[in-house]
Amino acid sequence: MDDLEQLKSELLRAVTDADTLDQLESIRVAALGRKGRITDQMKTLGTLSADERKARGAALNVLKDEIAAALDARKAAFESARLEARLAEERVDVTLSTRSEREGRIHPISQTMDELLAIFGAMGFTLAEGPDIEDDFHNFTALNIPPEHPARQMHDTFYLPPGADGTPRLLRTHTSPVQIRAMMASPPPHRIIALGRTYRCDSDMTHTPMFHQIEGLVIERNVHMGHLKGCLAEFVRAFFGIENVPLRFRPSFFPFTEPSAEMDIGCSRSGGELKIGEGSDWLEILGCGMVHPNVLSNCGVDPNEWQGFAFGMGVERITMLKHGIPDLRTFFEADLRWLRHYGFAALDVPSLAAGLAR
Amino acid sequence: MKFTLNWLRDHLDTTADAAALSRALTDVGLEVESINDRGKALAAFRVAHVLDAKRHPEADRLQVCMVDTGDGVPVQVVCGAPNARAGLKVVFAPPGTYVPGSDITLKKTKIRGVESAGMLCSARELELGEDHDGIIELPADAPIGASAAQVLGVDDPVFDVAITPNRADCLGVHGIARDLAAAGVGHLKPLTHSAAKSTFTSPVNVTLSLAGAESACSVFAGRTIKGVKNRPSPEWLQSRLKAIGLRPISALVDITNYLTFDRARPLHVFDSDTLTGHLVVRLAKPGETLEALNGKSYELTGTETVIADDDGVLSLGGVVGGTSSGCTEGTVNVFVESALFDPVRTAETGRKHAIESDARYRFERAVDPATVLPGLDEATRLIIEICGGEPSQTVIAGRVPEGHKTVPFRPSRVMALGGAPIPENEALSILERLGFVAKPGSDRLEIAVPTWRSDVHGEPDIVEEILRVKGYAVIPAVPLSTSGGLPAVVETVPQRRRRDAKRALAGRGMMEAVTFSFMDENAARLFGFSDERLKLANPISAELSVMRPSIVPNLAAAAARNAARGFGDVALFEVGPIYGASPADPTGSQRLVAAGVRAGKTGPRHWADRPRDVDVFDAKADALGVLAALGVPAANVQTVAEAPPWFHPGRSGSLRMGPQATLAHFGELHPRVARALDVPTPIVAFEINLDALPQPKKTKRGAFQPSPLQPVERDFAFVVDDKVTADAIVRAAKLADRALIDDVSVFDVYAGGAMGEGKKSVAIAVRVQPRDATLTDAEIEALAQKIVAAVTKATGATLRS
Repeated sequence: MDDLEQLKSELLRAVTDADTLDQLESIRVAALGRKGRITDQMKTLGTLSADERKARGAALNVLKDEIAAALDARKAAFESARLEARLAEERVDVTLSTRSEREGRIHPISQTMDELLAIFGAMGFTLAEGPDIEDDFHNFTALNIPPEHPARQMHDTFYLPPGADGTPRLLRTHTSPVQIRAMMASPPPHRIIALGRTYRCDSDMTHTPMFHQIEGLVIERNVHMGHLKGCLAEFVRAFFGIENVPLRFRPSFFPFTEPSAEMDIGCSRSGGELKIGEGSDWLEILGCGMVHPNVLSNCGVDPNEWQGFAFGMGVERITMLKHGIPDLRTFFEADLRWLRHYGFAALDVPSLAAGLAR
Repeated sequence: MKFTLNWLRDHLDTTADAAALSRALTDVGLEVESINDRGKALAAFRVAHVLDAKRHPEADRLQVCMVDTGDGVPVQVVCGAPNARAGLKVVFAPPGTYVPGSDITLKKTKIRGVESAGMLCSARELELGEDHDGIIELPADAPIGASAAQVLGVDDPVFDVAITPNRADCLGVHGIARDLAAAGVGHLKPLTHSAAKSTFTSPVNVTLSLAGAESACSVFAGRTIKGVKNRPSPEWLQSRLKAIGLRPISALVDITNYLTFDRARPLHVFDSDTLTGHLVVRLAKPGETLEALNGKSYELTGTETVIADDDGVLSLGGVVGGTSSGCTEGTVNVFVESALFDPVRTAETGRKHAIESDARYRFERAVDPATVLPGLDEATRLIIEICGGEPSQTVIAGRVPEGHKTVPFRPSRVMALGGAPIPENEALSILERLGFVAKPGSDRLEIAVPTWRSDVHGEPDIVEEILRVKGYAVIPAVPLSTSGGLPAVVETVPQRRRRDAKRALAGRGMMEAVTFSFMDENAARLFGFSDERLKLANPISAELSVMRPSIVPNLAAAAARNAARGFGDVALFEVGPIYGASPADPTGSQRLVAAGVRAGKTGPRHWADRPRDVDVFDAKADALGVLAALGVPAANVQTVAEAPPWFHPGRSGSLRMGPQATLAHFGELHPRVARALDVPTPIVAFEINLDALPQPKKTKRGAFQPSPLQPVERDFAFVVDDKVTADAIVRAAKLADRALIDDVSVFDVYAGGAMGEGKKSVAIAVRVQPRDATLTDAEIEALAQKIVAAVTKATGATLRS
């Protein structure tokens, strides 16, 4: 059977020497094809005796498998080399920039409003609404501010032409008319907040003719000023994310509350930098008080049975304090650089579960 | 309200210093806005004596002074003041002193070769006035080396306190002292006043002639003082007025100003020699005029309370006096007025004529009626003390209102309303110190309200009085009770959609802006503004004069501002109100919309991606993206090529749901509008009417049953008339077999060239989802025929071969 050994070594050498897939294919055809040398040998088996045929047949099968395996291995090597070459060719400079995607931003006012909603929502408040264009009754009269009251001068009111019945129409100077609408719409108890645009005829370094307020109203049977303090203390802790911010309630005056208070939070101003929660200075952030019995009566609520508190504060003001934004006017300029700097990502949705800030 | 520490001490016996008083004032609700302690700021400035003054050898206008500063060795100072002379007592500042009026710190220096070791100061340099013509001349008896501030009477700290509109009683120093005394910071000194010894009947009489308007002036008291000498006020009076920012004029005027601030008691003094006949208090006659003491003249309308004589109007009661009867240097005989004017009418008059005065400020907040006569007496006393003269008997027209108001009060309310555990006896003691008198009633106390507290009407006011004097700090914070379960849903669907729209648009790469609700009228008219009822009566400027009919112009203007700063590729949105009626809401005046603009290119230049100009489909994608985020089923939304006229007529459209509800507009801004707004192009915009979105339906989803059969895709190219919309072709194809056709999309549009004039080719891909069994070739062919037939029927299309 030396001839088979001879054939094997010849074929294996040819496989090893092959440089291309085409050469390999012709080697395969020459060895294993229909007229290939191994196939030819197979064809001669019929002329042999049974014993010889058996032995030679087995040897030929072994040879056939060995050659096939060598061809496959050589082919795989070729393919691997070809892939390597392709990959080398396909290399790119991954330091190049990606296709640009715009990154949007949420305005800080919206972000603060969402935070307020999360905080007061957890305390059982629901969101109430009222129109920006109000009448005299809801903005002033029902809030215990009669026409000639000096307190009306505290509000620099924007007026629109009067209504068909002659009633003055104006842009609401505060969110308090929403209290009136809520109390007139349904019987107590009430636990609502209102968020929205408010307007005063004033424009300078620290005032813009439009700004935003949040209003809170709680009307129950036994709620008192201690609850007002407790509610606002929780708000301050949650909103600023600082434990034990010193709070100061000062007597003040609003026609729609009695007793009335202003709330200051502790801060320091050393080195020109404002820090909430430490130091010996105070910063006024909101007005509040127990709802005036006249306001309750004006809304058809019996002040002998129901009482409660209300508070209101400027959304921009607390936003400026929380994020150190120095200039109120920049809120309304829609400067892309400012929005990119102070804005929030779309997915920064405030929730108490996840924390108000990332 | 301003006053000085010493002035306060006239009314309050206290050892508390300025800082302690400041805390106490704020704690009782009299918020201290500032304390100006000039004594501290001017501590280095001392009294000195000019021993010798010689002309500077090198300069005609300078003098070389030798000054005794009290330190033993005379100091040489070069001084440019014309009034510097030997023998003068001056204000001296040594080297190292900070001079506030010139914002410099002094150094020892040489002026034109002559040494100068300090400065002799003018009033302006000390910020005590505008005078800079010469140096301050101190009294000859001023002690050398003493504090100049003290000698000048400016070492008294000045408090500036914000008085809330309800506290008219604290528009006088005495009222402030009362609050402090009630809070335990010293003792209130009682007001002493003695009725003047009158020797004659006033030759000037007064009548009230206010039929129908009696409340305008309920009482008018006065008296003649004859033989006065109107001279400059004494130093103490001048310095107090100056300290609170008032200009001393003459003793008679200064005294009325002083009592206005000392006791919240405005007064007026007429030169009675100028009067013709007697005084009458009446309403003005329309057309009457007054030359007022503020230098302006007023034409009256008929609603004003005036004091008049036979010749006409002399003054606007409680607001401003007139020049014709005003006091001058030569005034000899005067008539002093102490009256009570109605707050409402006073405020109205003041507002109508835009007159701000200290008297108006007090009368419109209500002056204590009990001060009418004591105020007159105190003014008389001061006039006689300073100006001499003889007082007449008092004349009174009308009657001092009784003012015996009582308020029922349950001490338990301090806890129930105020949340403060203050014992009853302490509460009552506070009330007593404030001047309230408690009388037992049947089931509650009856509290008599003092005449100066017209702001106190009910039980909550009494609770506030007790709380504020005790201090709000005593109220313990109590957590707000909860129902015990989870809180209710906080937002309604529209409220949540408003928030979601913002997050969705930010997620699409847009920046959220917040712009004003009002805008320029001309720009607004380009966006359909026509409702005169939405024009502000008192806009802050012409650029902010009407309520916006759309947010788009504001955003477009913002895009232009950003472009001007070098950021031309803009994507801005705003979710907020617009104003005016709409077809869907003809009586409404406010709608919530989400609007956005994109301007410039889709992105920066990039090595792989060529940015393109923004186009109408960017705006359409934004609008559809928001609708999808808000849960509006896209399948029900139809695009129509109709949009408001501020859009490009051929590159804009609306999204509708059914024939009625228009959900949104989108498109390229009309070039004429863009030019009028001066905004760069290309610029596209959308505006979604969030109020018009349908309520979400609570539908239960069926079970998930994916088909085991492969979908099949077939392409068709149709040649259609140029005017046929893609939407018409897609809809027709879809309707060819609703059961089998899953989706139809346009993948190619081609016009021009071989298509010929007025024609275009639209290629669609139809995705077929077999339901029960794989489709045979014959079935697919039959379906294709149906599709071609349907599209041809609906649009006149021919299949492109």
